[in-house]
Amino acid sequence: MTKANQEEVIRCDGIWKIFGQKSGQALEAIRRDGLTKREIRERFDCVVGVQDASFSVKRGEIFCIMGLSGSGKSTLIRHINRLIEPTAGSVIIEGQNVNAMNARDLRALRAERIGMVFQSMALMPHRTVRENVVFSLEVRGIDEDRRNKVARQSIEAVDLSGWENKYPDELSGGMQQRVGLARAIAADPTILLMDEPFSALDPLIRKQLQTTFMKLSAELHKTTVFITHDLDEAIRIGDRIAIMKDGVLVQIGTPEQIVTEPADDYVSDFVAGISKLDLVTAARVMQPLERYGQANPIGDMSMWPVARAEDKLNALVDLAVGTEHPILIKEQGQTVGVVTKRALLRGIQGRDESAPVMAEVH
Amino acid sequence: MATEQSFNILDPFSSIDLNISDRADGIKGWAISNREVLEPIKSVFNSMIVSIEQALLAVPPLVMLLLIVLIAWQAAGRRVAIIVAVCLSVLGFLSPDAWQLAMTTLAIVVAAVITCVVIGLPLGILAGKSDRFETSIRPVLDTMQTIPAFVYLVPVVMLLGIGNVSGVIVTIIFALPPLVRLTSLGIRGVNESVVEAARAFGASPSQILFKVELPLAKPTILAGLNQTIMLSLSMVVIASMISVRGLGNEVLRAMGRLDAGKAIVGGLGIVMLAIVLDRITQGIGQSSRDRGRQKWWHHGPVGLIAPFITKKRENSAANTVPTINTERTNEA
Repeated sequence: MTKANQEEVIRCDGIWKIFGQKSGQALEAIRRDGLTKREIRERFDCVVGVQDASFSVKRGEIFCIMGLSGSGKSTLIRHINRLIEPTAGSVIIEGQNVNAMNARDLRALRAERIGMVFQSMALMPHRTVRENVVFSLEVRGIDEDRRNKVARQSIEAVDLSGWENKYPDELSGGMQQRVGLARAIAADPTILLMDEPFSALDPLIRKQLQTTFMKLSAELHKTTVFITHDLDEAIRIGDRIAIMKDGVLVQIGTPEQIVTEPADDYVSDFVAGISKLDLVTAARVMQPLERYGQANPIGDMSMWPVARAEDKLNALVDLAVGTEHPILIKEQGQTVGVVTKRALLRGIQGRDESAPVMAEVH
Repeated sequence: MATEQSFNILDPFSSIDLNISDRADGIKGWAISNREVLEPIKSVFNSMIVSIEQALLAVPPLVMLLLIVLIAWQAAGRRVAIIVAVCLSVLGFLSPDAWQLAMTTLAIVVAAVITCVVIGLPLGILAGKSDRFETSIRPVLDTMQTIPAFVYLVPVVMLLGIGNVSGVIVTIIFALPPLVRLTSLGIRGVNESVVEAARAFGASPSQILFKVELPLAKPTILAGLNQTIMLSLSMVVIASMISVRGLGNEVLRAMGRLDAGKAIVGGLGIVMLAIVLDRITQGIGQSSRDRGRQKWWHHGPVGLIAPFITKKRENSAANTVPTINTERTNEA
């Protein structure tokens, strides 16, 4: 994730959302006495949706928010375009405070700078594919010629050319969500909000749409907030991942950080089943050459296979199976470390290299 | 009298007299003394009814019949058009002056229904959007639907006098509730996620109403309109008691003379008119996708002549219609 422009596009500062009539009092009580969610429900008849969530998304970045259902992630994403008003906290988009906007500016922001895709697709059944796609342009009063042109481009971008005049219920689920995607990118917004866009689809179509989305995203460089309950999807798509639990953002980090340095038991349980092969880099499992040299005789290094520091474990395995030697890690011609077979295997397991060995071979 | 009895705790109702009927009489008396305030409303209604009636009667019956059949064909298809043609013919042959009476009745119904839409649609939308308004208007609607017509017949006559205007007012009171109720139901039935999507893409409240909620609530609203029309027709006989002319008056007079034959003529006329109006409005209520998703100008009589009028436009539209069904493989 080396983006030239590191400017923050979205920043959420301490967002609280408490649903219910006495949300203000409930928030005060939490801040003062540190009540739990359950106490809040019993005392104030309020439901805590999001607790003190802060994060920022940089330009062009794909930021995944991962959590189980009911963890508040759909509530959180709706604060970004202010479909939900926060109980406390603020959302800043490109330096503008969304919560301070008047209704007209907010509508302009939603129509021109934010595109959204919904889990339920939420297409308008009485409108054709084309009319659905250009809805945000239509509400801004853009003329029909321009709308038709934009519709053609967006529909082409999601491989739906030829279906413009069909109605949503004539399309399969996967195609409907492509219409949803086309609608979100039609106005060429800066920001894409994806609320579990592929969760309702069957696995094959989901994978296909993920590929379509990643291809589009690479072309269009949209700043994206992507909600999912599927860690594999988050790791596949996200530049950074936030793990959400009971309305709290438990950990924010790159996929590699999340998998290798889980912040707590909840996250580590989550990532336990995740394959490290395509996530963890050589840099994380290598040791300095000197340390290796202290414990092992270094013979002729010319036979040793060579890899780069950002190579994934998967590539290292390919190298390791062809030789008895450890792998040299080089960066611009300089040797920066060594990956032993033991370190590689431990890396795949997701455990430390120094973890105790169960049975020594004699 | 009950007031002279001593108070009995087990039967408090007979010993207490709040004199509600006298008070209501007082209100009525006050209203009658201020009845000239209503004069402008009355004249507006009157001119509306008269102009509709004149328009309907100005057209020769056969031309009118053809016109209604064409409308039915356009709105509801060929089969309904045939039913409508048969019903209208039966209506015409019932008696020599049946057609004229039917047109007078139709004028009253049309005037009442137009007013119902003007009042009922906004009320229904409000009720659909606001729970508080819905709960406050519901007892009013209940009253309007269930209170016996004769109860408000007399005050209306005292305020407005006998005649068509009173007839239309009485009809509105009875026929308005289903439109309000079903409009509210339709608005409430619109999928919330679609409304949310419209909001997320920057639609204003009025755009959401006109571009999303009303189109999606349309079938339910039209069902309400259909009910309103049917109830208006069923008020025709009662309204004739306050000297509203038309088919209802025939029935009333025939009943007064115990002339069963003539009553059947008037009654059947109302039934025929009801069938015609019901079939046409139900046809409009059907969604376009039931007819192969064509736009309304692509079928019916307009569909036959439209190509000659808008040839140029059709051609340019034909060019943009894509060839489909080869792309299904995308999803495989």
